[in-house]
Amino acid sequence: MLINDEMIDYISELARLKLRDDERESAKNEINKIIDYMDTLNQLDTSEIEAMSHAFPVKNVFRKDEVMPSKDRDDILLNAPDKKDGAFKVPKTFE
Amino acid sequence: MEFLTTMGLEVHCELSTKTKIFCSCSTEFGGEPNTHVCEVCTGMPGSLPVLNEQVVEYAIRTGLATNCTITQYNKFDRKNYFYPDLPKAYQVSQLYLPICQNGHIDIEVNGVKKAIRIKEIHMEEDAGKLIHDPWDDCTLVDYNRCGVPLLEIVSEPDFESGEEVIAYLTKLKSILQYIDVSDCKMEQGSLRADVNLSVRPVGQTELGTRTEMKNINSFKAIARAIEGERKRQIEVITEGKKVVQETRRWDDNKGASYAMRSKENAQDYRYFPEPDLVPIEISDEWIERVRQSLPELPTEKKERYISEYGLPEYDVDIITGSKFLVKIFEKALEVCGEPKEVSNWIMGEVLRMASETGTEPEDIKFDPENLGKLILLVKKKTINRNTAKEVFEKMFTDNVDPEKYIKDNGLEMVTDDGAVLAVVKAVIEANPKAVAEFKGGSAKVKGFIVGQCMKQLKGKADPSVVNKIILEELDKI
Repeated sequence: MLINDEMIDYISELARLKLRDDERESAKNEINKIIDYMDTLNQLDTSEIEAMSHAFPVKNVFRKDEVMPSKDRDDILLNAPDKKDGAFKVPKTFE
Repeated sequence: MEFLTTMGLEVHCELSTKTKIFCSCSTEFGGEPNTHVCEVCTGMPGSLPVLNEQVVEYAIRTGLATNCTITQYNKFDRKNYFYPDLPKAYQVSQLYLPICQNGHIDIEVNGVKKAIRIKEIHMEEDAGKLIHDPWDDCTLVDYNRCGVPLLEIVSEPDFESGEEVIAYLTKLKSILQYIDVSDCKMEQGSLRADVNLSVRPVGQTELGTRTEMKNINSFKAIARAIEGERKRQIEVITEGKKVVQETRRWDDNKGASYAMRSKENAQDYRYFPEPDLVPIEISDEWIERVRQSLPELPTEKKERYISEYGLPEYDVDIITGSKFLVKIFEKALEVCGEPKEVSNWIMGEVLRMASETGTEPEDIKFDPENLGKLILLVKKKTINRNTAKEVFEKMFTDNVDPEKYIKDNGLEMVTDDGAVLAVVKAVIEANPKAVAEFKGGSAKVKGFIVGQCMKQLKGKADPSVVNKIILEELDKI
């Protein structure tokens, strides 16, 4: 499978990335190289190997259901581009 | 043309854990905006989630109570989308290996029993709340709810009527409350249902195109939304047009649904395994321990109440439908040992007072043991039934102790027959006309004489004793 212009536009739309024409070209080339590499990997016979989602053999890491103090609201809002009444302020999402 | 309706439900239920699914912030409802948040639930770079063990426990409990198979090797996946209610730009959910699979819930509609299959139940995190600010024409975001643990319970498309949907939701809600995994307060959003609905002409085997209605927040609104959407789809098809697969919002005030703006590519969530959370392995022992800890569920309880106490099915349905009514029933029963009396009191006075005061069963505040005491006080003839109803109203509104209240207000029945006799004699003497009418054959005037006696006794006498003495006295004349 090769990435064409239409797919690059679709992916950048999903990722909310606005690409200039030259960026679009280089992204296309880079993603195509990654996909090529996947094709190489796909040549391996993995039929006997179970799918893996983690590299480390660790499981069942849990936390007890005990409340700890939350962060100070002012700290949480410190980097917010905009705020109002203790809330993050964002462009209107309602129709 | 006749149409068949097919529906499936996705129910989101907020778990009643103390803390969020991946951090130790409180899940308490109704705090000031952004006061129950930290770097994890606001998706700050570099923060890492740690799973709340109680969420897994509750999910297993729910799966077992709905006849599911528990998936013993679990992992989480990322569901990617950009929307300000989710600061990480992905929701941690379970796509590939949901924790519970292939269950069912039995419902009954108009005497017909039916099993609704549950496809899966998965664990995920809730999103934050968006509040429209009309002054600045912008949206304000509160992340207190972001990261509250949710179970999404997905049914198979097994529903054919609104009644079946409501019966299922009622049953599901009572199961979730019985097993203490959620308070299921629809008005606070801790139980929300999405309805997938399609119609097709009778005779057509393949399902029609479905629409999804999201987050309808009361049983009544769900029933109306189903009826409204069914009619709309039938109209579309009858006009020769095609139903569009889309998400619609039901406006319960207007009684109509409208299409939510379909963002292009909105359905492409690009799921992939969540790398920040390790797999969960659920051992046979864990499942067995949870199974042992499950309480008696609504269906089993219903059967037992009928066979053991001989209560009418209708009453049992209502009582076992709410774990709060069950609690009243069982605690009162422990005290008085009179199942039929307790059931009658619940079906009568308890539900009457609840509906008159607009109280939900979970908000009833009298001590159930006191209902048992009240029943014993009637049985021992300390008070009569009418006084008991008065006392109960006080119990319901002010949670008074019936024994103390009766004593403090001098409501005990006059058990001294001599005192009753004196009153009867006085009433007979004061009402010669009524007595004459009675002697003349008018039986109904006896009621008047009984009433006068009860009035003088301030209602605190056993009516059967009063009746007996009146008849004896009238006989002597």
